[in-house]
Amino acid sequence: MADVIKKATRESYGEALRDLAEEYPELVVLDADLAAATKTGIFKKAYPDRFFDCGIAEANMMGVAAGLATCGKIPFASTFAMFAAGRAYEIVRNSIGYPHLNVKIGATHAGISVGEDGATHQCNEDIALMRTIPGMTVIVPADDVEAKAAVKAAIDFNGPVYMRFGRLAVPVINTNADYKFEIGKGIVLRDGTDVTIAATGLMVNEALQAAEILAADGISARVVNIHTIKPLDKELIAKCAEETGLIVTAEEHSVIGGLGSAVADAVTDSCPVPVIKIGVNDEFGHSGPAVDLLKEFGLSAENIAARTKAAMAYKK
Amino acid sequence: MDATTKKNLQIIACKVRMGVIEGTYNAKSGHPGGSLSIADTLTYLYCNKLNADAADPENPDRDRFVLSKGHTAPALYSILAQKGYFPEEELKSLRHIGALLQGHPCINIPGVDMSSGSLGQGISAACGMALAGKLDNKKYKVYTILGDGEIEEGQVWEAAMFAAHYGLDNLVAIVDNNGLQIDGPITEVCSPEPITDKFLAFGWHVITMDAHDFDSIDKAFETAEKVKDQPVAIIQKSVKGKGVSFMENQVGWHGTAPNKEQYDQAMAELNAQLKELEG
Repeated sequence: MADVIKKATRESYGEALRDLAEEYPELVVLDADLAAATKTGIFKKAYPDRFFDCGIAEANMMGVAAGLATCGKIPFASTFAMFAAGRAYEIVRNSIGYPHLNVKIGATHAGISVGEDGATHQCNEDIALMRTIPGMTVIVPADDVEAKAAVKAAIDFNGPVYMRFGRLAVPVINTNADYKFEIGKGIVLRDGTDVTIAATGLMVNEALQAAEILAADGISARVVNIHTIKPLDKELIAKCAEETGLIVTAEEHSVIGGLGSAVADAVTDSCPVPVIKIGVNDEFGHSGPAVDLLKEFGLSAENIAARTKAAMAYKK
Repeated sequence: MDATTKKNLQIIACKVRMGVIEGTYNAKSGHPGGSLSIADTLTYLYCNKLNADAADPENPDRDRFVLSKGHTAPALYSILAQKGYFPEEELKSLRHIGALLQGHPCINIPGVDMSSGSLGQGISAACGMALAGKLDNKKYKVYTILGDGEIEEGQVWEAAMFAAHYGLDNLVAIVDNNGLQIDGPITEVCSPEPITDKFLAFGWHVITMDAHDFDSIDKAFETAEKVKDQPVAIIQKSVKGKGVSFMENQVGWHGTAPNKEQYDQAMAELNAQLKELEG
């Protein structure tokens, strides 16, 4: 695996903003004293007149973004997921969601892979929080290619969008020439007949590796990349439920309220099959190197494979 | 301000107050006290100051208004109805199921520039509008009204810091200093005083005015317009419940609607004021 290119999606976020700025003159970027970390500093360097630091004041930043959007700007409000979805939740709900304003929220440092900073900064609840807001689109890109495509799609889409990026460098997997990103459309990355592994964010790569492990054990696993948690590709989920009879979800997020919950909701409505949710259980994280934490919390190909194998017994 | 202009404003303000009573009475809920305390300021803004036209409510060059103290929506709706943004009849279905007029301002209502009501948020949106104006070299101004209890919200001071840092001299924030909030006098609940000193310390230009004297109001807004490189805070001394004798300075009228008897009395008082002004 030494030749695999790795890149953090926060880096892709900053680069995409810079690369799209000329094409979209209404694009402006806000940050809350984290430009070096969220990588909006890349945009700031190229377009200092369109970058506004709000200081360590996320609530106001979201409100400023709302006001800018009422005047035709396309603001990208950027900070860590913990503060974007957590601290500023109610402002995002009432000042952005309720008036359905064209604000894009770039939330970086999501999930347990924040690493050494520990539990206060490891946001495993943001997907759950954001997807309860009516009209909010929630996107979790898997890699560099998808992150850049998501930023472009978010600009072309009129309405509030929450985008979740990571701190950790992750393998670039969407290298197919025919890769196409469409909001709300899941991507089947590997076909299979025995089980579907629906993954999002950095877990997509783990899911692909899990499918390899399972194949060696004679289990044919379909791998689906659900980059848009909301609106969820319910048609694809129903099809997978029907065709494989078992779904395993994998996300770097709490098992409460995230991708797993969204998928479970969807199959309950359409084609009830067992749904095994892999994610962070109902607990806080702690300090440590990101890669070790992912393993410890079961966010690995090995754990996906083991849980999937065990779950085969649930199939009717 | 000449006598005719002043009398016209007083007449409209009286009608705005009647709309507040009409709306909250029919809704059987709502916030009359703080609506009545801002009736004169809103009347002045919409009749004498704002570059805003009911026939062209989305004009990108218009002045913006954000009611940060969104619970006093009855006053905003009342002046918008007076200005022709929607029929006055709508006030009677305020807060009803299926009605245009929601309990708190909603951006979908003609003339409403921003949804508000969760306190402390409107001023941030106003900052964003002012910043957009600066970016596009637009001449428009942004006005927002906050409650004196509302400024206990931390977000207000985040916004105050932001507005001063970016030199938003196209932003005017009016603080409705009627001295009362739901739980009692602001100085007893958790005092936000000294209000003037706080805005000064945050780098704002501060003006004080009498919220029920159109000469004082006119002078304050004329001064605000000339300030450069700084946002302006107008601290308006007001009377909660102004214009309805039994509601004045009574904390209980913050969020209580008048019953039939109280409605009749309030309307009789306002009708008498109107008759005197028109006579």
